[in-house]
Amino acid sequence: MSATVQTAAPPGMTSRLDGELLEVSMGPQHPSTHGVFRMNVALEGEIVRKLKPVFGYLHRNHEQIGENTTYLGSMPYTDRLDYFCSMTNNWAYALSVEKLAGIEVPERAEYLRVILAELTRLQNHASLLGFLLSDMGAWGTPLMYAFREREKILDLFESLSGSRMMCDYMRFGGCRVDVDDAWLTRAKQIVDRFPKFLDEFEDLILQNEIVIARTQNVGELSPELAISAGITGPMLRACGVNYDIRKVDGYGIYPRFKFRVPLGDHGDTYDRLMMRALEMRESIEILKQALPQIPAGPIVNPKVKVRAFRPPVGEAYGRIEAPKGELGFYLISNGGPNPYRYRVRPPSFINLTVLEDLCLGHVVADVMVILGSIDIVMGEVDR
Amino acid sequence: MSEIDEKLRSELQKQGIFVVKMQDLYNWGRKNSIWPLQFGLACCAIEMIATAASRYDIARFGGEVFRPSPRQADLMIVAGTVTKKMAPQIVRLYNQMPDPKYVISMGACAISGGPFKQGYNVLKGIDRYIPVDVYIPGCPPRPEALLHAFMELQRKIDGQKLSGADKAEFLKPEQPSEFPVPEFGEHDLNPPANPRTYHPPVVEKQ
Repeated sequence: MSATVQTAAPPGMTSRLDGELLEVSMGPQHPSTHGVFRMNVALEGEIVRKLKPVFGYLHRNHEQIGENTTYLGSMPYTDRLDYFCSMTNNWAYALSVEKLAGIEVPERAEYLRVILAELTRLQNHASLLGFLLSDMGAWGTPLMYAFREREKILDLFESLSGSRMMCDYMRFGGCRVDVDDAWLTRAKQIVDRFPKFLDEFEDLILQNEIVIARTQNVGELSPELAISAGITGPMLRACGVNYDIRKVDGYGIYPRFKFRVPLGDHGDTYDRLMMRALEMRESIEILKQALPQIPAGPIVNPKVKVRAFRPPVGEAYGRIEAPKGELGFYLISNGGPNPYRYRVRPPSFINLTVLEDLCLGHVVADVMVILGSIDIVMGEVDR
Repeated sequence: MSEIDEKLRSELQKQGIFVVKMQDLYNWGRKNSIWPLQFGLACCAIEMIATAASRYDIARFGGEVFRPSPRQADLMIVAGTVTKKMAPQIVRLYNQMPDPKYVISMGACAISGGPFKQGYNVLKGIDRYIPVDVYIPGCPPRPEALLHAFMELQRKIDGQKLSGADKAEFLKPEQPSEFPVPEFGEHDLNPPANPRTYHPPVVEKQ
């Protein structure tokens, strides 16, 4: 190219010849953007100098629909927020409506909720590790292993709720269908066998030299930035901040169970990856305590009206520790059958806001790994 | 074209000579190595991945080679809600795929907007812009349903003619090589639908 050809540099970017920046649009169709997510990346050579996320390719008007349907009518829509973890989405929504209307939940239903939420955490973290590894180039094997285990848990969900992914299981003041002893026995078997899968998976992957080279000291997040950006979930705990809503709020019956909260040291991608593996072990601990203890009794509060359910005027914010972080629902009621305001506090959207800070200075191939370790689901990010 | 005598054909097969029409050989090859585009939109994409993963294993039907590039793909599985922001990219991806190409519309959202149909930002069916071969209802459809759609597509490919008046659509000279990519207009996508592919039911008032 002749020297006279000059390309105007975009505002804020250095001009050519002294640090030429190449703008690359990654996504929305990209093999590892975890859905329809686009990033405008400015590269100097291979080093990321700027990264601008572009959202909204899956904006499905979730909150608007929630304001136009009845309280119970929004329950199936919450399944489709974070479509890996429909059970925890249901729980967070049910919790905030229960707070709004002051509903008590029977003991057995609380146990069922804990069991199903921890099973959800197991399958979410297992499939996250599979996806993350396939982003690193191990296309096939880890994902196949993870989905093998995931299918077993989905079988449990399906036999209970009738659907593999969109369970629509929780109700205000309880759960929709009761479990029988055969289901509990099957769940126990799956939980007992899960550590064997974890041992195998960790042997296969977590000490792998390539995984260590690709993840250690990549995408470090400082605890100060994490706290000021509102990061929650495993990503925050990977920085060493001890904040788990199961411990902090003690919602449901979590204070009854003995479990530890794994914490990281460096806040890099490897710590985020390890955090998921360790959390799965703790979830198994909770499940091992909850499954034998489950009491007999009703699964739904009989005082709750199903038809013409109108909570009193007021507002409520209910939050739980979803597998991806703090999932909260903020509801304002004006006494009508629909919420006046329905707002979702999605963990993956807020965790995604620090993506640029994590990626700056790393090579472009690391962007995919860092994005994978944040654990986003676009249904929840764009809503 | 005269049909070959069945007796002669079986006699030849015993000698190790197989006589088939070029069309049958061509379709047999095509239907057993469909390469889908690795492209997920929403919830249904997870079921699509589950179909490709260990338990359901789409490789049994020759469809496991998910290609990230549309230039190498034969089949587009529209798996999930198509928003108006995403629709132009989907049409562009479809235009970049080489002929012959097929589309499976997976799930209620891709068919009609599904549970999110009331949303202002949700496209009411991807068949407004690109021709769809197989529709799978469900929210999301089970992996078995996707496999069934895959087999239906194989059946369709098997029946396509290479010559004659009723030859396959992609061989006809009047078939456009590209479909118009919609753009954001003042209020909505412009054009709202491609009249070539979209034939809404006509409601006649009595």
